[in-house]
Amino acid sequence: MRRTFWWAAAIAAATALGLLGIRVQAQPSDTIKEIERYREALADGNPAELWEARGEELWKTRRGPRQASLEACDIGKGPGVVAGAYASLPRYFADVDRVMDLETRLVHCMVTLQGFSPAETTRQVYGAGTKRSDVEALVAYVTAASRGVIMDVPMHHPKERAAYALGERIFFFRGGSHDFSCASCHGDPGKRIRLQDLPNLTDRNDAQRAYTSWPAYRVSQGELRTMQWRLYDCFRQQRFPALEFGSEASIALTAFLASNANGGTFNAPAIKR
Amino acid sequence: MPDPMRIRATIQDSQATVRVLMSHEMETGQRKDSAGNVVPAHFIQSVVASHNGRQVFRAEWGPAVSKNPYLQFQFGGAKAGDKVQITWVDNKGETRTDEVVLR
Amino acid sequence: MRPAGVSRRTVLEALGSLAAVAAMPRHAFGQTAGAAAAGIQWNAAAFNAQTVDEALKALGAGTPAPTTEVSWGSTPQIAENGAVVPISVSSKIPGTDAIAIFIEKNPNKLAANFYFPEGTAPALSTRVKMSESSLVHALVKTKDNKYFLATREIKVTLGGCGG
Repeated sequence: MRRTFWWAAAIAAATALGLLGIRVQAQPSDTIKEIERYREALADGNPAELWEARGEELWKTRRGPRQASLEACDIGKGPGVVAGAYASLPRYFADVDRVMDLETRLVHCMVTLQGFSPAETTRQVYGAGTKRSDVEALVAYVTAASRGVIMDVPMHHPKERAAYALGERIFFFRGGSHDFSCASCHGDPGKRIRLQDLPNLTDRNDAQRAYTSWPAYRVSQGELRTMQWRLYDCFRQQRFPALEFGSEASIALTAFLASNANGGTFNAPAIKR
Repeated sequence: MPDPMRIRATIQDSQATVRVLMSHEMETGQRKDSAGNVVPAHFIQSVVASHNGRQVFRAEWGPAVSKNPYLQFQFGGAKAGDKVQITWVDNKGETRTDEVVLR
Repeated sequence: MRPAGVSRRTVLEALGSLAAVAAMPRHAFGQTAGAAAAGIQWNAAAFNAQTVDEALKALGAGTPAPTTEVSWGSTPQIAENGAVVPISVSSKIPGTDAIAIFIEKNPNKLAANFYFPEGTAPALSTRVKMSESSLVHALVKTKDNKYFLATREIKVTLGGCGG
């Protein structure tokens, strides 16, 4: 009687794990090969370029109540310097005495240089078809100027180190209705959800590969998606409360992930499923 | 005014390879928005490419072509300095023409 | 406050509504692809056809002979997402002047039609939407109005959490 019960429990547990989609074994190699071929075929024409072009125009056009362009915006390498800037973000900015990622810095520049209100700049942070996001386009333009650059996120200032430490705590923090942490999916090797291999973000190689492929044109979204969006969507899938755009938590988590990717070659905007 | 296309054209042995990225929603007319309303069909129906004024390629598209369409085709008799012009027209009659000089 | 954006739910809805639409009886559709814009050539009958046979008839293709003289190039056999499936087709049949792409399981079978004047390679690459795993056909037309059909299976999957 007891032996039957034990087997039933084991089968129930295996089914539960199966329903969660967490597999331990590797995928069959033909499937992996065909998926690689799919990704290669996509790489040849990346709609992200349409966002890059729009972002360049937004950067260079005089806009807002102050009728100024963003060409004096300092994203870490000096006013107007776009080349290589993303590879050293997030970072501490003395003029605001805090750590900022690219999105928050762009909002800061749109407010201080162009005179937009914070509410105006964040009204549509994530694009939806004809409802476009200026921030997404600007991110595409700025990140494209870091293609081929080695990730070099600074960790000197005490606030930069504090942001990293907070980001690390968030990464391992279990919560929400499903008791998930980022580490539940991204803290061990060999995990996947259905056909999607999950990068182990505690491993430097995986962390480099993952972080340097965002922002990306997400085919399933039909939109260019940024790191802020990626984290927001992870929180949603973890059944966490919504991750606020530009929040301290979002910047801290980005600082943790970006710094862990140091040494990797930035290769975005990319294109993904 | 619709967004510009991104056109890239390369020549090898007088054979030009043209790659185009178009900015277009390519709505099928079968999708519903979050309020439950059908999003009307809005998709590119015609694509025409010409080389130094001569038509070298034509396509008729249905709504099954992906959003932000990608297209690649090749034609011969090309040399540096030649002009390639591409025009698309969608089912609402909106249109966009862009041009590139072969290098 | 939740920022606006396209959610997984919307994508699933889109795919779901495509599937629901595919399951509906033919007469419920009418002209789902609509009419041509003014001043362009666009075969409305072919694009509105609900079966491959209807579309072939509207194109004047009759019963095309099966062929393997078509290269599918970098076309993958698995697509991680049905919204964007790369298709590369190149015809090795001499005198090819048009290639049409059909997706068997889509509600409207004809996806696109490509015409190649003299001097243009009978080849194309583009990306199509597939509502589910399906056979994909390339209809080749030659200058002397002969038709051939090449077929390939492409599996469509949803990766990750579907979002």
